[in-house]
Amino acid sequence: MEHIINVLPSLLQGLKYTFIITVVGISIGFVIGAFAGLGRISKNKLIFGISTVYVEVIRGTPILVQILFIYFGLSDLLDINLDKITASIIAIAVNAGAYIAEIVRGGVESIDKGQFEAGDSIGLTKSQTMWYIIWPQALRRMIPPLGNQFIISLKDTSLFSAIAVGELLYEGRAYANSTFTYFEPFLMVALFYLAITIPASIILRRIERKLDV
Amino acid sequence: MEFLDNIRLDVIWNYRELFIRGVGVTIALTVIGYTIGIILGLIFGIGKMSKRKIFYYPSKLYIDFFRGTPLLVQILLIHLAVIPTIFGKSLGFFVSGILALSLNCGAYTAEIIRAGIQSLDKGQMEAARSLGMPHGMAMKHIILPQALRRMVPPLGNELIALLKDSSLVTVIAANDILFAAKVVQGATFRPWEPYIFAAILYLCLTWVVTKIVAYVEKRYSTSYVPKKKRKLSHR
Repeated sequence: MEHIINVLPSLLQGLKYTFIITVVGISIGFVIGAFAGLGRISKNKLIFGISTVYVEVIRGTPILVQILFIYFGLSDLLDINLDKITASIIAIAVNAGAYIAEIVRGGVESIDKGQFEAGDSIGLTKSQTMWYIIWPQALRRMIPPLGNQFIISLKDTSLFSAIAVGELLYEGRAYANSTFTYFEPFLMVALFYLAITIPASIILRRIERKLDV
Repeated sequence: MEFLDNIRLDVIWNYRELFIRGVGVTIALTVIGYTIGIILGLIFGIGKMSKRKIFYYPSKLYIDFFRGTPLLVQILLIHLAVIPTIFGKSLGFFVSGILALSLNCGAYTAEIIRAGIQSLDKGQMEAARSLGMPHGMAMKHIILPQALRRMVPPLGNELIALLKDSSLVTVIAANDILFAAKVVQGATFRPWEPYIFAAILYLCLTWVVTKIVAYVEKRYSTSYVPKKKRKLSHR
């Protein structure tokens, strides 16, 4: 029982990093995903090819491989000492970017073709149609899957304990290893994640209902 | 690019047995975990649709717990805490790995199955009941065959996700593909070749699974018409 209380301060410390990595990573990932997603519907073969390879490679390999690859491989290639937090933010951004690209593509493709034609016929340029007509409608439909992606990425940050980033799971593991008690710390870690993911999914469901998509 | 000149394929060739065993372990973990996961998913998916509280709440608790926490936490919890507490010793990575993967897969599958069944029009069940079928019979003959077709694409996605998630059992020293790459990296201090090779192996596996899933999807799509064998014309 005392372990449950003793583990709390370090878990709260870990929670901070979990949050920072998720929020910053997802934000960058959204920018990457928006470009890659639009690239996936581009008629330009080069842009289409690059974004397809990016999405397929990232979606086809486990995130743990990507993390180890970015942390060890990238610092080896660029010959720099990549900071652990930076490496994990890059990893989350690159990984979430590929999934968000598919969400963006799905969202834009779900918009009725007539909307594009209507934009064309009133004399808007292609990018104007995209920006003023398609994007606002598509964004509404993208909100539920984007929320899902946020929850998934939040859970994926637990993998950064593999490269010793001091996030939630790492702190729990460190405590467990130093006291040789495993049940309570890991249970508390699980409850911490649940305490974020369950309210998040409830809020998400409420937004979905409000948007009525 | 002097970097390209430094690629050493012999690093991978020297450790080929490790990688071959890794592929085997990854496939075994995925296939067994998926099979048990589907059975668990069926039980808890139907449990979550039950009106009886004694079935509903345990199913909801199970699904929320395993969908709400990271798989890595579940693996560590099962391997380091649950199994040693019950059996007094560790039963090895394979038992813990299979247990964690199948429990995790079961929670996701349960939601797929529930969504598949609930996506069917209510009228189907009502029609079956009005023909005099009991609830179980209507489920088996009317609802499930239709729902199953709708479940095929998400179940295929789940298989691919599980294949990639199986890489997480590396942390409890299961000798899968990623573990092989990690060992090679530790032994040779070369991070590029083993991790790239591991990524290629996973890509190949997911590519094969994608093809299989696409075939099954086509075969079980709602618009599929079986090809008729061309009869030889006798004159």
